Amino acid sequence: MTLDTQKAERTPEAVPPVLAQRGELPRWAPWAILVATLVVVGGLLAITGFSIGLWLSASAVVYAIATYAVSRGVEGRRKATDRLVTIVVTVAFLLALVPLVSVITVVVENGLARFDVAFFTQSMRGVVGEGGGGYHAIMGTLIITALAAVMSIPVGLLAAVYLVEYGRGRLARAITFFVDVMTGIPSIVAGLFSFALFALFLGPSVRMGFMGSVALSVLMIPVVVRSTEEMLKIVPNELREAAYALGTPKWRTITKVVLRTAIAGITSGITLAIARVIGETAPLLVTVGLTTGLNLNPFSGRMATLPVFAFNSYAAPGVPREPFIDRAWTAALVLMIIVLVLNLVARLIARVFAPKTR
Amino acid sequence: MGKAIEAKNLNIYYGSFLAVEGVNMSIRPQTVTALIGPSGCGKSTFLRSVNRMHEVIPGAHVKGTLELDGKDLYGAGVDPVGVRRQIGMVFQRPNPFPTMSIYDNVIAGQRLNNKRMPKDATDELVEQSLRAANLWNEVKDRLEKPGSGLSGGQQQRLCIARAIAVQPDVLLMDEPCSALDPISTLAIEDLINELKNEYTIVIVTHNMQQAARVSDFTGFFNIEGTGKPGHLVEMDVTKTIFSNPTQKATEDYVSGRFG
Repeated sequence: MTLDTQKAERTPEAVPPVLAQRGELPRWAPWAILVATLVVVGGLLAITGFSIGLWLSASAVVYAIATYAVSRGVEGRRKATDRLVTIVVTVAFLLALVPLVSVITVVVENGLARFDVAFFTQSMRGVVGEGGGGYHAIMGTLIITALAAVMSIPVGLLAAVYLVEYGRGRLARAITFFVDVMTGIPSIVAGLFSFALFALFLGPSVRMGFMGSVALSVLMIPVVVRSTEEMLKIVPNELREAAYALGTPKWRTITKVVLRTAIAGITSGITLAIARVIGETAPLLVTVGLTTGLNLNPFSGRMATLPVFAFNSYAAPGVPREPFIDRAWTAALVLMIIVLVLNLVARLIARVFAPKTR
Repeated sequence: MGKAIEAKNLNIYYGSFLAVEGVNMSIRPQTVTALIGPSGCGKSTFLRSVNRMHEVIPGAHVKGTLELDGKDLYGAGVDPVGVRRQIGMVFQRPNPFPTMSIYDNVIAGQRLNNKRMPKDATDELVEQSLRAANLWNEVKDRLEKPGSGLSGGQQQRLCIARAIAVQPDVLLMDEPCSALDPISTLAIEDLINELKNEYTIVIVTHNMQQAARVSDFTGFFNIEGTGKPGHLVEMDVTKTIFSNPTQKATEDYVSGRFG
């Protein structure tokens, strides 16, 4: 029996209503509607006064309505709703991208002016106008953040292990609650905490990099705890049981099976925590202050850091202003690149350690 | 080399809840003992109490005695970790370590406990365990590949290889075939038949044909109702349990009249 004879046997009445053919918009239709919308809305706006923001947002609304109406007429309600929702989701996605793309382009555009060798090799010592660089601030940021990470990662990791593997009852619940609260504390509070702590012992005029590390650590620990906790929780219990059944003590099971299985997720959580604190300005302003020269000792005297350097160059520029503003933008750009590199490193680590199936 | 297990008046608790009551059972060395019974009757709980795995759940404890070749497993000063090294376990769902290769999975018991072994001794142990688990021919060319890349049945045999690589005296199996297809199930059953020459095997199963096929002795567990403790109804030679049990409940269960 050929296909043709099969078709011939089917009378129109035999086709059930569910399978009844409905119209379908051609593939170019959505694009045609989009172009038409942009032109029409643009034309209307040209009469009243054109602005690109208004043009795009009005077009989005009109496009959604027009597509729905056309599709409803040709394709029916279900497909029209599908198209409408697709448009809404896409618009929301584009909207979310706007600030991101605009921040990146503006920072790159403005930061490139001073993105030169001098910026990475010179400090601001003795510089009043042009020239100089952020070398001292880059080193300060790296040292202070590294110290904060060295303090926070073990504490956060072990706290998470306690909560998931050992914690029961009130104490564990209380810790979870306070960790949640702490993820939300304003960063200036962490700065003031650290300042007050050190001022108690060393007097109110004390400033040093380590104080900043402590403040950042207060902000970082809860983030590390939360992300590690989530990662440890998704390690299947069967793996723990498998290790126990082989006569493995609990601590070895945790270090060699649980942490090893979750390490990929834990590293990316830690990187996010570092990225969260590396750009903090307020707590460092209070605790570390700012210098013009290079200070590599975090336990004595003020240090420069990229966020504070950028803030200060912008808020209190010298005369002429331009070199200071340029240096501020470049500091922001360098900070962004550091975070980017950190994320790449974390992805690399995650890929190396991730459980494989092939 | 297989050892005997003797349970005397064993009560198993989760906190204050009595889960299994008054089990008296003696399991002979180098035999296969099947535990059957309806869901929730405590056969898995009993099995897990044999290598003290149930203690992983907080509050779980036992009363009565459980002996391995005359030595009390719950005696004072007995380390549960030591017990588990002598009594291995295979679980319902295959659970190879996802971060380890096939090779490392087999010697996970040694690796996780930081036992140093010379390379050729390790190689030999891996080959010997995989051969014993009837998996050697299928994986010998890809030992460095991840264990989770194998099929479900192969993974389960890998878990058996891992369990026998620590050279236990007893092998406990908690429904080892319930997640597997019939062909893999057959492979595991054949394997159980070979393994009983060296190990004492206790297997929990929901499949009565499987119990009849693989076991020498069968214990039937039952429960009066929800909230009541499970108990051992009777235990005998498998043939007797399936053809001529002494208890009415056993006969009803094996003939499929309830449960």
